[in-house]
Amino acid sequence: MKRVPWLVPTLYILFLLLPIYWLINMSFKTTNEILGSFTLWPRNFTLDNYVKIFTDPTWYNGYINSITYVLINMVLSIVVALPAAYAFSRYRFLGDKHLFFWLLTNRMAPAAVFALPFLQLYSAVGLFDTPIAVALAHTLFNIPLAVWILEGFMSGVPKELDETAYVDGYSFWGFFFKIFVPTIAAGIGVAAFFCFMFSWVELLLAKTLTSVAAKPIAATMTRTASTSGYELGLLAAAGTLTIVPGAIVIYFVRNYIAKGFALGRV
Amino acid sequence: MNKTVNQKAWFFVLPVVLLVAFNAIIPLMTVVNFSVQETFGDNMFFWAGVRWFEQVLQSERFHAALGRQILFTAIVLLIEIPLGLAIALTMPRKGPWVSVCLVLMALPLLIPWNVVGAMWNIFALPDIGLLGRLINGLGIEYNYTRQIFSAWFTMVLMDVWHWTSLVVLLCYAGLVSIPDAYYQAAKVDGARPWAVFRYIQLPKLKYVLTIAILLRFMDSFMIYTEAVVLTGGGPGNATTFLSIDLQKIALGQFDLGPAGAMSIIYFLIILFFSWLFYTLMMKDEAR
Amino acid sequence: MAKITLQDIRHAYGPDPQREEDWALKKLTLELKDGGAYALLGPSGCGKTTLLNLISGLLAPTEGRILFDGTDITDASPEQRNIAQVFQFPVIYDTMTVYSNLAFPLRNRGIGEKEVDARVREIAHMLELDATLMKRASGLTADGKQKISLGRGLVRSDVNVIMFDEPLTVIDPHLKWVLRSKLKELHHRIRRTMIYVTHDQTEALTFAEQVVVMKDGQIVQIGTPIELFERPQHTFVGHFIGSPGMNVLPCEVKGGKAIFAGNHVPAFNAAAYKGNGKTLELGVRPEFVRFAGEGIPVDIVKVADAGRYRIVETRHQAHSIKLLVAEGAELPSGQARLHFDADHTQIYEDGWMVS
Repeated sequence: MKRVPWLVPTLYILFLLLPIYWLINMSFKTTNEILGSFTLWPRNFTLDNYVKIFTDPTWYNGYINSITYVLINMVLSIVVALPAAYAFSRYRFLGDKHLFFWLLTNRMAPAAVFALPFLQLYSAVGLFDTPIAVALAHTLFNIPLAVWILEGFMSGVPKELDETAYVDGYSFWGFFFKIFVPTIAAGIGVAAFFCFMFSWVELLLAKTLTSVAAKPIAATMTRTASTSGYELGLLAAAGTLTIVPGAIVIYFVRNYIAKGFALGRV
Repeated sequence: MNKTVNQKAWFFVLPVVLLVAFNAIIPLMTVVNFSVQETFGDNMFFWAGVRWFEQVLQSERFHAALGRQILFTAIVLLIEIPLGLAIALTMPRKGPWVSVCLVLMALPLLIPWNVVGAMWNIFALPDIGLLGRLINGLGIEYNYTRQIFSAWFTMVLMDVWHWTSLVVLLCYAGLVSIPDAYYQAAKVDGARPWAVFRYIQLPKLKYVLTIAILLRFMDSFMIYTEAVVLTGGGPGNATTFLSIDLQKIALGQFDLGPAGAMSIIYFLIILFFSWLFYTLMMKDEAR
Repeated sequence: MAKITLQDIRHAYGPDPQREEDWALKKLTLELKDGGAYALLGPSGCGKTTLLNLISGLLAPTEGRILFDGTDITDASPEQRNIAQVFQFPVIYDTMTVYSNLAFPLRNRGIGEKEVDARVREIAHMLELDATLMKRASGLTADGKQKISLGRGLVRSDVNVIMFDEPLTVIDPHLKWVLRSKLKELHHRIRRTMIYVTHDQTEALTFAEQVVVMKDGQIVQIGTPIELFERPQHTFVGHFIGSPGMNVLPCEVKGGKAIFAGNHVPAFNAAAYKGNGKTLELGVRPEFVRFAGEGIPVDIVKVADAGRYRIVETRHQAHSIKLLVAEGAELPSGQARLHFDADHTQIYEDGWMVS
């Protein structure tokens, strides 16, 4: 292992890339080629599948819907998690430990348990089939996670920073936005990344809470798969396109990725 | 860090509490409501006591799903944790390729879960999938839609593919945070690689490993979308895990009472195991 | 136990060093005697830690050879060199007891449990760790942890050299001198070669028999604390050691006599100057300057009380000259005149003392 330090990681990455390659490979094939023969790369290279997705509103609206609720969720989660994480990292107050634990238990709630009650709840308040419903529903697990990550990063900032700022004549909010938030910018980036990630990959709630107008791309895919039979090329193209936003987001946080996955606590 | 007592801090956490309570408490109450009542449609409900709980706890169907769930979670934990740790240990610490490696490794984590399922569905198809072709080409009969073993094999492999990176990234983060002086001291003290692992790396990784095991336990215990898209719970009920079974009862058969009771039992199991893992692993810390 | 010789050592961290600045350590040759207490002293970035890691084998030199007792060990690993090193931050094995921590280097070398036990107890006693021997090492305070690091170095009876890389950085000020005198005492007892890296002159001067002063990857002077004080070979040494540091004033040398701003000043090495340097300077420590009836006319600018003596800052034209005056002694009022002790006034040519 010492002599070839890259051997194990390289093999592992190859294993990770194989199914992705197969998906991309398939997205450039015609349905005939997919079903008719077994080919390691597209013989009749075609962009038809992608053209269809970018021209057909039922397809591209799916992407717009998904990105909309993911972004709403991300902003909402971070905005409310920031002050809460600050409170947990700096103050002791009645019930703080229990509250923190209760927040974390929501990360352990299976989405399957909540699907039906969510459907009733959001129908009752008239938000069914809107991106807001999905964004709100996803805060169930994203807010606890964001609070947890931000609290970890904030605890790494010495308390003396706060005190120095007050001595220098900053008001609390002046300090919070002008000094503290920039100091933990990396932590905010990491928390936003995780909110993006878990909202983007979740399907069960997103699918349950939408029908037509706000249908996410992932749901469009499953429904297409069942109604139009074996349009595997189209499905593969849509799948490939869902990988793109994730890849872009990872690229932005690449330098914090390792620390981020340890939730700011190493 | 010394924290000051400040009850006004509640104002800071209030928005979080309100939002999460709206999402957690109301639905949870709904579920509890279902679980203790009987309905014959038309929004007519009758008190049912703990009948649904008894029924679920005694049903063979639930036992079978729970058994499959525990088996699946145990297998993926036993593979992913050591594998992830091993990969993290062999990763170089420095160099321009490290970021590239980390980005590529994180990729599966950002793919929507149903796409993961669909991707593996296509990848493992015996006739047109690369993996299916490969295994059958080796002379092993493989068809995950028909054979139970193949279905489990594919399911486990998919989960390993999907989530091992999380363990790698956590462990890697823990490893790079160990100061060089520890390795240098170990060299000076004449420690063998095994001793370096046992007395320096493993103790320093305890925290991240705890997170990794907890997250992997919770998420594998809640697996739904990927599994449904890959096998739909089949062949037969061979890969019908708890979440899938729950959805079948709740949305498929609309048996709200049993579904509610099952949801609560399910949630409590996860809470209990998470608490157990956490306490066991942090026990040393308290000493 | 060994005599350590560094022959024409050079080191660069980057590959392919071209310019002079690429070298973290410029070419040097150094010999450390067996059983000596050495300090490597210099500001951060001067190459002292690099030098230390070259000796311990954590780094391999880009050029040159390292010998222990005449045997070339340039390519040997830290373990083969049989050395001990204490780092800036305490390194302990968290999950082990204090006892196991101390026994670790011995057990790794396959030494019998009976001998291990004897050695561990002896060292623990020396370091006053007996009471905590069976406790978890992670529960100790910073100075306790640093004692364990130190103990792991002492526990092997055959180490060639024990090295300290700024070991008191994280120790509370009031415990620093306790540990420092402990170290000094240990050195007297076991007489093993010790090398102590620091940027703190007090630590270096109190611990070492020989101090190696470094700057910009070069050794500027090696000497006893007294030599560094009385005869700084370089203006940097004069500045860096002593508080306040040496007065360094521009001067000329004509016919074997030093002239500072028009005043003739006696200097012990003025006659040795051959007349080819670019900048000439005159150095005299505040301890060797006094008020006198005749000499350089100055104005008193500032007087600071430093306990047993006062630091007086005076000015001659644009040049500031400091001197020490004993507590209680009277200061001249208004115009005063300064006298430099000729034996301790040196001429420096491009920074280096003329000889």
